[in-house]
Amino acid sequence: MSDLSPSLADPLKEANEPSSLVARFGPEAPLLMDCGVVLDRWQIAYQTYGTLNAGKSNAILVCHALTGDQYVASRNPVTGKGGWWTAMIGPGKPIDTERFFIICANVIGGCTGTTGPASTNPETGKPWGLSFPVVTIRDMVRAQAALVDRLGIETLFCVAGGSMGGMQVLQWAASYPARVFSALPLATGAKHSAQNIAFHEVGRQAVMADPDWRQGRYLEEGTRPAKGLSVARMGAHITYLSEQALHRKFGRKLQDREAPTFSFDADFQVESYLRHQGLSFVERFDANSYLYVTRAMDYFDLAADHDGVLARAFAGTKTRFCVASFTSDWLFPTADSRAIVHALNAAGASVSFVELESDKGHDAFLLDEPNLFATTRGFLSAAARARGL
Amino acid sequence: MALTDTQTHRIDLKLVAEMVQPETRVLDVGCGDGALLALLAETRKVDARGIELSREGVADCVARGLSVIQGDADTDLADYPDDSFDYVILSQTIQATRNPRLVLEQMLRIGRRAIVSFPNFGHWRMRAQVFFQGRMPVTEALPYSWWDTPNIHFCTIRDFVALCDLVGAEKERAVALDAAGGKVGVNAPWWFWNLFGAQAVFLLKRG
Repeated sequence: MSDLSPSLADPLKEANEPSSLVARFGPEAPLLMDCGVVLDRWQIAYQTYGTLNAGKSNAILVCHALTGDQYVASRNPVTGKGGWWTAMIGPGKPIDTERFFIICANVIGGCTGTTGPASTNPETGKPWGLSFPVVTIRDMVRAQAALVDRLGIETLFCVAGGSMGGMQVLQWAASYPARVFSALPLATGAKHSAQNIAFHEVGRQAVMADPDWRQGRYLEEGTRPAKGLSVARMGAHITYLSEQALHRKFGRKLQDREAPTFSFDADFQVESYLRHQGLSFVERFDANSYLYVTRAMDYFDLAADHDGVLARAFAGTKTRFCVASFTSDWLFPTADSRAIVHALNAAGASVSFVELESDKGHDAFLLDEPNLFATTRGFLSAAARARGL
Repeated sequence: MALTDTQTHRIDLKLVAEMVQPETRVLDVGCGDGALLALLAETRKVDARGIELSREGVADCVARGLSVIQGDADTDLADYPDDSFDYVILSQTIQATRNPRLVLEQMLRIGRRAIVSFPNFGHWRMRAQVFFQGRMPVTEALPYSWWDTPNIHFCTIRDFVALCDLVGAEKERAVALDAAGGKVGVNAPWWFWNLFGAQAVFLLKRG
C-alpha cells in the first residue's frame, strides 16, 4: 500500500467511512439509476459551509468536477491540502459563506465517501469494483436531490459548478427547474465532444492496461494500478492546461540539470511536473472510480434526452442562468457555452454569458481569475436581490 | 454648442425609454455597460435583456444584475426565435455593424417593434467639414479619425428612411435631436431634419 503519513486518512477507509458528513439511504429511498439498476442501500458524503437561514432560501449547491470531492472549501483528509475552490468560496468571497449556505457532495461513482466502485457492496461484503452500475450525470443529480430533500431544502438559491460540475448544473436545471432559482455553469458543455470522449478512452485504456488493475478486482487482490492511473492523469492534465500556460510555466526548461541526459529520464520540467501530477493523483483517487466518472461525462448529452433539441431541456424555465467560458479552454471551448446560451435564448430563459480572457486553459475556472470572481459576485448579488436575500 | 458624448447619449437614452411601453420584453443590441437596460428595468419595469460585444461591458451588466450575453449584432441575432421580444433596440450602434440592413431585418423579425437611434451624418456641421475642409468630419460626439473609427457604416436620416423603405419597415415614430439635445421641429420635412438633426430615433414595426 502507499506510504501515507500517519496524520492523513486512508483513502480506502474514506470510501465507506468518510471524514465528512454523510447521508445514508436505505430501501425506503432507493436510488433509481439510468442503467436500470436500483441501489437500495447507498450513501452520499457531503460538506456544508455557512448557515442555512430560517426560510431555507440561501442554499447553494456546488457540484464538483471529474476528480473533485466534497471538500470544496476545507482540508481534504487524504491529501491534507486545502479545499479545491477556496479562491471562490469563503467568508467575503464571491460565493460568500457569510451570506449563503454552501453544500458540496461527492458524486455517485466517486471515491471519497459517496457510494461508488471503491465502496463495499453490502450484498457481498467486498468492494463493488466493476460490478457497480455505470453512472450518469443524471444519476449524480438524483443523488444530490435526495440529499437536498434530506436537508429539508425545497429550492436551491443557486447550483454552481465547472466542467463536469457544470454538466450537473445543467442537468439540475433540466430535471428540477422549480428547485433551481439560479444556475452558474462554468467552462462546460451540454454534451461531451468526440474529442473529449477520445481523451477519456485513452485514460481508461491506460488504467485497464496496468496488470495491477486485475480486471477491476485490485482492491480484493491487494494491488493498485498506480502506473496506469498515473498515465491517465498525466494525459488528462495536459487537456486541462493550454499551450500558452505550458509555455509560460515550463517552456523547454530542463529539470535540475544543465544538459539533456540522452536518456528517458524526466529531462524537461514539464515531464517532471506531469509525473508529479500523476503520482500525487493515485494516492487520492480510486482507479475504478476514474473509469466510472469519465464514463458518466462521455454519456452526457442533454439534448439527446429531449428529442435532440437542447432548448426543450429548458422549456418554460424560470431559472436565472449565468454561463461563462475561457478563451484558452480547448476542452470545453466557448462554442460549447454558446450552444447552451443559444438554447436558453430559444427557451426564453434569463441568461447572461461572458467569455473570459485567460491563458490558463480549462483549469482557469478553479484558479485566481478576478474577472470570473467579479462576474460570479455580480450575478449572485443580483439573484439574491431578486430572491429577497 | 454640441454636447459631450455622455450628455448627448443620456438624452438619446431617455428618448428611447419614452418609446417603450411598461412591462414588456426588451432586447438591447450593443447595450454597452447596461445604462439603457438599467433605466428601462427601473422606470419601465421591463424584462431587460442585452447583447454586448465587449467583455468589459458584459461584466458591468452582469454585475448590475442584467441578463446580458456576449455576442455580435451581425451574427448572433439569427439565434433568436421570431417574435421573442416586444422591442429590439439598437442604440448608437447601427453605424458600427458590418451589415446594417441584415441587422435591421433581424431586429424586425425577433421583435414586434424596433427602436434605432443613430448619429446623423447629414447634419450641417458634418457637411460643412467635408465641404470646407475636405476632411472626414470629427466632432465632439463622434471624436474618431477615419482610420481608427469603429463606425464603418455612417448614414444620414434620409439614408436611414430609404433603408426602412427597402426592408419594408413602417415608421411609427421618428424624432430628431439638434446638437443641443432639443427636438427638431416635429412637423418639419425630412430635408430639414437631415440638415439640423444631430441624432435621430426611429420606432419601427414590420410593414
